[in-house]
Amino acid sequence: MSARTAWSGIVRSPLGITALALMLLVTLGAIFAPIIWGAQAEQVNPAAITQGPSAEHLLGTDTLGRDVLARVLVATRLSVVLAVIAVIIGVVAGTLLGTAPSVLPRWLGRPIVGFVNIAVAFPGLLLALFFAVIFGVGSTGAVLAIGFAMAPQFARLTQTLSAAIAGRDFISAAQVAGVSRVRILIRHILPNIGEPLIVNATVAAGSALLAFAGLSFLGLGVQVPEYDWGRLLGEGLNRIYLNPAAALGPAVAVVIAGLAFNLLGETAAAALGGRSARRRHRLPAIALSAASTPGASTPGATQPAQVDGEEVVLLVDDLRVSFLTPSGWVTPVRGVSFTVSRGEAIGVVGESGSGKSLTALAAARLIERPGHVAAARLDFCGTPLMTTSDRAVRSLLGTSLAMVFQDPMTSFNPTRRIGSQLAEASSEHQDITRKQAMDRAIERLQSVRVPAAARRARQYPHEFSGGMRQRAMIAMGLMNHPRLIIADEPTTALDVTVQRQVLQLLAGVRRDTDAAILLISHDIAVVAQTCDRVLVMYAGRIVEDLPAVTLHTEARHPYTRALLEVVPELDADRTEPLKMIPGRPPAPGAFPVGCAFAARCPLATELCRERDPELVADAEGHRVACWHPVSGDAPVPVTIATTADETAADETAADETAAEEEETVLR
Amino acid sequence: MSELRFDRVSVRYGTHRAGLTAVDDVSLVVPSGSVVGLVGESGSGKSTLARAAIGLAPISEGAITLDGVDVRSFRRRRPLQMVFQDPFSSLDPRMTIGESIAEALPRDIRGAAARRAEVTRLLDLVSLDADRAQSLPAALSGGQRQRIALARALAARPEVVIADEITSALDVSVQGSVLNLVRELRGELDLTMLFISHNLSVVRYLSDHIAVMYLGRIVEFGPTEQVLADPQHPYTRDLLQAAPTRHGNLLAVDPLAPVDVEPADPHAPPSGCRFHPRCPIGPAARPDRQICVIAEPPLPSGTAGAACHFAGTHADAALGTVPTSQSIPLVSATTTTRSPLSADTVN
Repeated sequence: MSARTAWSGIVRSPLGITALALMLLVTLGAIFAPIIWGAQAEQVNPAAITQGPSAEHLLGTDTLGRDVLARVLVATRLSVVLAVIAVIIGVVAGTLLGTAPSVLPRWLGRPIVGFVNIAVAFPGLLLALFFAVIFGVGSTGAVLAIGFAMAPQFARLTQTLSAAIAGRDFISAAQVAGVSRVRILIRHILPNIGEPLIVNATVAAGSALLAFAGLSFLGLGVQVPEYDWGRLLGEGLNRIYLNPAAALGPAVAVVIAGLAFNLLGETAAAALGGRSARRRHRLPAIALSAASTPGASTPGATQPAQVDGEEVVLLVDDLRVSFLTPSGWVTPVRGVSFTVSRGEAIGVVGESGSGKSLTALAAARLIERPGHVAAARLDFCGTPLMTTSDRAVRSLLGTSLAMVFQDPMTSFNPTRRIGSQLAEASSEHQDITRKQAMDRAIERLQSVRVPAAARRARQYPHEFSGGMRQRAMIAMGLMNHPRLIIADEPTTALDVTVQRQVLQLLAGVRRDTDAAILLISHDIAVVAQTCDRVLVMYAGRIVEDLPAVTLHTEARHPYTRALLEVVPELDADRTEPLKMIPGRPPAPGAFPVGCAFAARCPLATELCRERDPELVADAEGHRVACWHPVSGDAPVPVTIATTADETAADETAADETAAEEEETVLR
Repeated sequence: MSELRFDRVSVRYGTHRAGLTAVDDVSLVVPSGSVVGLVGESGSGKSTLARAAIGLAPISEGAITLDGVDVRSFRRRRPLQMVFQDPFSSLDPRMTIGESIAEALPRDIRGAAARRAEVTRLLDLVSLDADRAQSLPAALSGGQRQRIALARALAARPEVVIADEITSALDVSVQGSVLNLVRELRGELDLTMLFISHNLSVVRYLSDHIAVMYLGRIVEFGPTEQVLADPQHPYTRDLLQAAPTRHGNLLAVDPLAPVDVEPADPHAPPSGCRFHPRCPIGPAARPDRQICVIAEPPLPSGTAGAACHFAGTHADAALGTVPTSQSIPLVSATTTTRSPLSADTVN
């Protein structure tokens, strides 16, 4: 999935092929046209002045009888070279202006920033005309004029890009290491802003070409006896009624070259931005649930989640979530089955990249194209979500499902008051007036114990602290009558004392409204204390499903045991090294054949590496997917790895962490 | 000797009226060769304190000294190094691991071969193969990147290392490896460290002393085991209770604690003791304790202590058995004296 694959994918797309073909055409023209047709373009023929198109002169001749087609082809070199030089001037001057404030002392940097801000406000062409007058008429003057007219725009771009980079920790780290400001600029900032700068420069070359054509057309650019496309266009236009081809020729040349630069810029932007090529990838078999691939033996499908009639709020059977990445489809969630009953609190734990958040998002139908969700069954309150119409699903989920996300700052609209956002949540789905909705919003804020609810309802999200915002988010979910609250890492951004409050609040809501809760967390200690049942996920599958009270005593999967062991306790022996799980989870694109945990498991055998164990339930409904489950009171076989072990195990790991994979996938 | 001393340090942002005092009059000593853990909630100013020490935040008042030398006077040589929280943003994605580490090497290591050898030695120190020097950060896991960041910090031959939440961006399954490494290195190199984390269990594992911060002030300080076994400040007790552990009960509600008090606004901290609106033994629970609203409790000097008028009294003690305000010398806000913490006597 390197940049190279992305490039080849983009280049093979229709856009890429067109861009490269046009660019090749323009480049070849610029190099060879003057050599081949140079003499012909200069050849004055008094016998054939101002002729129309003919077999001999395809675009006719000019006032001195020179072949217009030859002149258009020969002018390629001058037109392109002038445009490129102007862009180089613009980029260099712009980069210098844009980065100067970060290197110079503050009193010198500020005026430069101010100057750039003013210069950006002027239209580019106006600036070019202004400079053209200053630098004098002619090619040199025009190049300088267009170059400097471009500079402010690049200065601003550089400033913005470097400001984004300057806030990153690695710049701070370099400062702390004593690296000088100039060196930070050259080694750290410039390489990291280079790509967008080059993309913009390529597109700017197209505009420079047009600007030149404009200046020459106006007579401010290239002067006789030199000629570029603008000049030819000007000459041709004088006789457009006699010989339209003489004007159209250079016009088409300008359009082709401009397109070549712009499309090349677009292609580069697409490749660097990681946009995938519009190639059709077939969904792999793993992305499809058992229902859609009859006969396929898939774990989970053979173990349908127990069905409990009306009491079941959420029934998930063989859920699979796939995303298209530049290297093809990956399936980070592969065959997850569970049920959530009325008033039940289910905790989902796992490392980052285990697919726990995607599972929740898929259950709430929040995975959008190009993500692909497949499931044998996905029922919410008895309604099959996969087959019901989108409109009906939206209305059902809008009233009966509440979501609480990790970062409530991004879940609220920052420009609207909390109260009206809450009110909207209920007036969307229920037939009540705005006044009623507002009253209910205040009442719900009170019920989640936001102090001074009526006053706080008129405030904006940024006026709320993290914990209060999370309460408001829960209140928003309560505006209707949720049967299920999905809380995705609701306390990860909060402190332990606030975390406790939010968890207590969720428990209180559940007690009062009988809503079920699906709590996704990376913290097994939190889940163990607040949920009825715990689902342990690893590499896109549930590996264990057991009651929370027996988590510490009855856990049978080595991974669950390991997760419990690695949590540092306040009473742990400080003289012993901390326990850890060696290696790291496989990336979603690189799940192994057998049990995904085998590479890190102390109990793994050949069988584990060859076949993936199915999730099997025992009599009490305790499900575990392991060939060698640990029995209840057996000693815990967790590896207490030293640092060296981790490194050794890491050698086999994929080139990207699972967490990153999930991140890109979600974008 | 490499003693890091914060002497009545304040860090303020913004103008006087709309300003924010992120760190308010903090005194703290990190004795040579020891690890001081700094805990507190986000926004309590612990990261700002660290950034002030390495010159990334302005020191408005007071001074931070390393062996008596003001840290602001260091120019090229930086004897204070920091490991940042997010290993995904603290390494330049365009530079190889080797280049990143080499950049921090002191200038007196000259010659490409010598610098390469030093990078290899540092990589070995953090248990990574020497051939990793050629890879880009994208090829490494979070835990490995944090090792690189540690190696880079050590490359500058620092006298003091500040670790700012170095495991909070990592999965708990790899957190142990980074902490074990820090502990090993500490033993090997006799490091002096300021270890910042919001996780008490993590801080406890590495630190000799613990300082607890709340709203820009240190509210309790002492030897690790003593602070955790017998916390004096009600906030420290609250933190300990709220930590999700195997045996705790997160859903148990403290009947005496004031419920659902708004977290304090750092732009307008409460008068007197900043913790008083949330305090289970303060005026919210015991109306007679108005001193908490009026006077800011001083942090006692010495090796341990809590900035609380009723330090050591527990909420669960029956009413009447706790010392009343009469037994506490009444300190008015204006005459409050604060003495710098010193922990060097215990070493």
